[in-house]
Amino acid sequence: MGFGVYLHVPFCAVRCGYCDFTTYAPGELQGATPEGYVEAALGELEMARGALVGEDRVVDTVFFGGGTPTLLEPSVLGRLLDGVRDAWGFAPDAEVTVEANPDSVTEETLASLAGSGFTRVSLGMQSGVGRVLAVLDRTHRPENVARAVGGARAASLDVSIDLIYGTPGESLGEWQDSIDAALDLAPDHLSAYALVIEPATRMGAALRRGEIPPVDPDLQAEMYEAAEEAFAAAGLTWYEISNWARGEDYRCRHNLGYWRGADWWGIGPGAHSYLGARGDSPATRWWNVKHPRLYAERIADGESPEAERESLSGEQVHMEAVMLGVRLREGLDAEVLRDSARDRVSALVEDGLLDADQAARGRVGLTRRGRLLADVVVRALA
Amino acid sequence: MGVVRPLPEETIPVPADPNEPASTPQSVIRNFCIIAHIDHGKSTLADRMLQLTGVVDQRAMRDQYLDRMDIERERGITIKAQAVRLPWRVGDVDYTLNMIDTPGHVDFTYEVSRSLAASEGAVLLVDSAQGIEAQTLANLYLAMEGDLTIIPVLNKIDLPAADPDRYAAELVRLLGCEPEDILRVSGKTGDGVSALLDRIVREIPAPAGDPDAPIRAMIFDSIYDTYRGVVTYVRVIDGALKARDRITMMSTRTTHELLEIGVISPEPVATKGLAAGEVGYLITGVKDVRRSRVGDTVTGATRPATTALGGYRDPKPMVFSGLYPIDGSDYPNLRDALERLQLNDSALSFEPETSVALGFGFRCGFLGLLHLEIVRERLERESDLELISTAPNVVYTVAMDDGSVSIVTNPSEFPEGKIHEVKEPLVRATVIAPSEYIGTIIDLCQERRGVLQSMEYLSEQRVEIRYTLPLAEIIFDFFDALKSRTRGYGSLDYETIGDQVADLVKVDILLQGEKVDAFCAVVHKDEAYAYGLRLTAKLRKLIPRQQFEVPIQAAIGSRVIARETIRALRKDVLAKCYGGDITRKRKLLEKQKEGKKRMKTIGRVDVPQEAFIAALDTSDDGSKKNQKR
Repeated sequence: MGFGVYLHVPFCAVRCGYCDFTTYAPGELQGATPEGYVEAALGELEMARGALVGEDRVVDTVFFGGGTPTLLEPSVLGRLLDGVRDAWGFAPDAEVTVEANPDSVTEETLASLAGSGFTRVSLGMQSGVGRVLAVLDRTHRPENVARAVGGARAASLDVSIDLIYGTPGESLGEWQDSIDAALDLAPDHLSAYALVIEPATRMGAALRRGEIPPVDPDLQAEMYEAAEEAFAAAGLTWYEISNWARGEDYRCRHNLGYWRGADWWGIGPGAHSYLGARGDSPATRWWNVKHPRLYAERIADGESPEAERESLSGEQVHMEAVMLGVRLREGLDAEVLRDSARDRVSALVEDGLLDADQAARGRVGLTRRGRLLADVVVRALA
Repeated sequence: MGVVRPLPEETIPVPADPNEPASTPQSVIRNFCIIAHIDHGKSTLADRMLQLTGVVDQRAMRDQYLDRMDIERERGITIKAQAVRLPWRVGDVDYTLNMIDTPGHVDFTYEVSRSLAASEGAVLLVDSAQGIEAQTLANLYLAMEGDLTIIPVLNKIDLPAADPDRYAAELVRLLGCEPEDILRVSGKTGDGVSALLDRIVREIPAPAGDPDAPIRAMIFDSIYDTYRGVVTYVRVIDGALKARDRITMMSTRTTHELLEIGVISPEPVATKGLAAGEVGYLITGVKDVRRSRVGDTVTGATRPATTALGGYRDPKPMVFSGLYPIDGSDYPNLRDALERLQLNDSALSFEPETSVALGFGFRCGFLGLLHLEIVRERLERESDLELISTAPNVVYTVAMDDGSVSIVTNPSEFPEGKIHEVKEPLVRATVIAPSEYIGTIIDLCQERRGVLQSMEYLSEQRVEIRYTLPLAEIIFDFFDALKSRTRGYGSLDYETIGDQVADLVKVDILLQGEKVDAFCAVVHKDEAYAYGLRLTAKLRKLIPRQQFEVPIQAAIGSRVIARETIRALRKDVLAKCYGGDITRKRKLLEKQKEGKKRMKTIGRVDVPQEAFIAALDTSDDGSKKNQKR
């Protein structure tokens, strides 16, 4: 199985009201600097290389996420990417993605990124409706997305677009407008996420104060169905619950690695890493300290930036395999299931949650209704 | 624990009891009990008597010495009676007083009646700030029927709010006595208590049993002690018990060896025996109070009496409820705990029961609601069990058209088919309250299918209202409703007076077509619709949405009277699941799987146990729980 590297860039121009990721707006940095971060990230890469020495790994996928990676200069992102390449080397067809805010890229920066080895850009469009973008605290102007897509195309980068649905106050019509706007850009790949209002966010606080209504799961279900209809009609096929691609080659292989239980190393503050069972060591997941300043200090002191780690039991590995594998269109090999769970497959088919044809072929995959009720299926099978 | 006040100097206690148990002549014995409402200061008064008579020195004194169990202390009530032997000198004669404690709640009327039957007199103790309460009045009537000499006493005269003149007038009216016959005391300060002891000696008749007749002693209480087994409290009527006698319980004809006999003063002291007129305890090695029943007559095995003393009655559970452990694996612990409680509580009955909704549990029978609450609380406290109880119900007698009759203690077993008639227990209820609440009390009783019997003014301000009511109406938060509608001033007493035919129906609650036994109820026909609406609406809010639509119905037989629908769940999926989300998502899943173990499945519907608990909880129906009774 492949090996992925995730680089977390913890900076944003503004923190959005719904965001609970590890990211810091300028006022929250407490002395941490982008320069310090880059040095530290390169330092962690060096540590990672040392930790995996002798394992003969080649990097299949790289994903720069955030935060807003494109707040860093393309040359700086290129330097980080070189660090990854120096550590393990790239497979010939390596996929290298960078997340970008439509406002923070130009034709030049995109060309420069392509020149450094990036193959794919994921644009945080979120919505095509100004009013909805304002609720989400997104600063970009809708027309900038088209410009960014144009730039990416010119640089021969694959283009993915992220959308969010179910924003407080967003109507089904507004969502349909966003879908149309995204499809007009003819992306290679689309991700559509139902908004979750996390308690520890500004939006969570606004919800508690009663200033915004809670998300309506029934409306979100309708929005999902509207998206599936439109995307399929435009030739984009779902391959994971929230992801659609213009053919198999355009799926995000980095993310597929997460769902298929591949190994990955996460570099940067708050980044998570996972290595499956190797020899005597059990499957392990760990994550780094969150604050960039603490992260940089740890690495400067020659210490691991790891905050916590967990060793997964066989039971937990199995649970994750079911939980993640079920989300994919390819589904899960029914052989993976425990006997008691396999016995429940036919009932789930009968309920219209699992695909009958797949089940007949010994695979466990979701129907469209099942995709919206995937957690019901996971609880029955994991 | 409160402060024990030092006693005035002239009442320094007499050290020893000059009268020897087993040879105390009846002429110097005075047996009495105290009739009082909870909170009216019975225990405090008893404490002062213990101090004044010298049986407890001041250092050993703790407040409410006689109320042993924690649970009683916290609720301020006395569940189990005990009897204390007190020496008291009047003039130059040494008397022996036996103070027989009485339980103070409506559920224990029978125990009260046995304590009264063991006494020749009763102190009627009334709080001079509150006046007589319904249960006290009921017990007073019991005492008067038993020809006991009544000594009326107003307590708590030290309170700023005391109004002894006003409440004395009530007592004068009730007893037909003179105002000056009413003693005024303060259990707290000890004021007047010595005079009360003197009056007990002067006014209460000495016992008049036949010392030469075959032994007859009446059991007025029976307590299980972990170390000693059952301790039985008796009043010897005729003859005398000797330390090594063999005794026979006349109701069961079982014979036991006497291991120990003695008196309580106030700790147990073994004696050579108990003579006619005396009060004390005996221990036979029996391990179960049901074999030493309150009201039974103890006689000698060698020269048995031919007729038992009157008034024995088997304890009869009137209120039933299903008790279930919240954690199913606690079922054996619950059974053990019930068995342990039963050693000390002959009125508690239980048998195994299975509920689709609640799992394995027991259908338990109780004397009344307080009894239920006490048992439940003791189970939770002493055995560390978390319990869920179904709504209490009464016993129904159902006669079918084919002539068969069934006794129903669990509504879900209410028979289907052609019913000829249904009978339910009826009570005579007495409410005493300030007269300004007459209207609200009458409204309440009418709502609860009551029939007014009489209304009498105790004084200008207070009224006694008598109703007959179905017991089923009383056990459904009647007391709480009365308390809240009378701002806490109303008091209630009731006694069962038989059965009445009523238009009762069984209402089933169905989840996706499956009956949920825990919510099945037998209600009056006019109430069925309201019950159905209430339960279905409540369950709709409590049961989480499922991946299919779930109808909730209330039905009488096959006729649906109320319906709610839980809409199908359309979305149950976390949109994102990348690197950092995986651990979080897996932990959530682990938690949900753990939670699923606590889910009950009705048909195909997963219902969290919390939903059942919340649905069975009536406290959000506008009534207030846990009020002191």
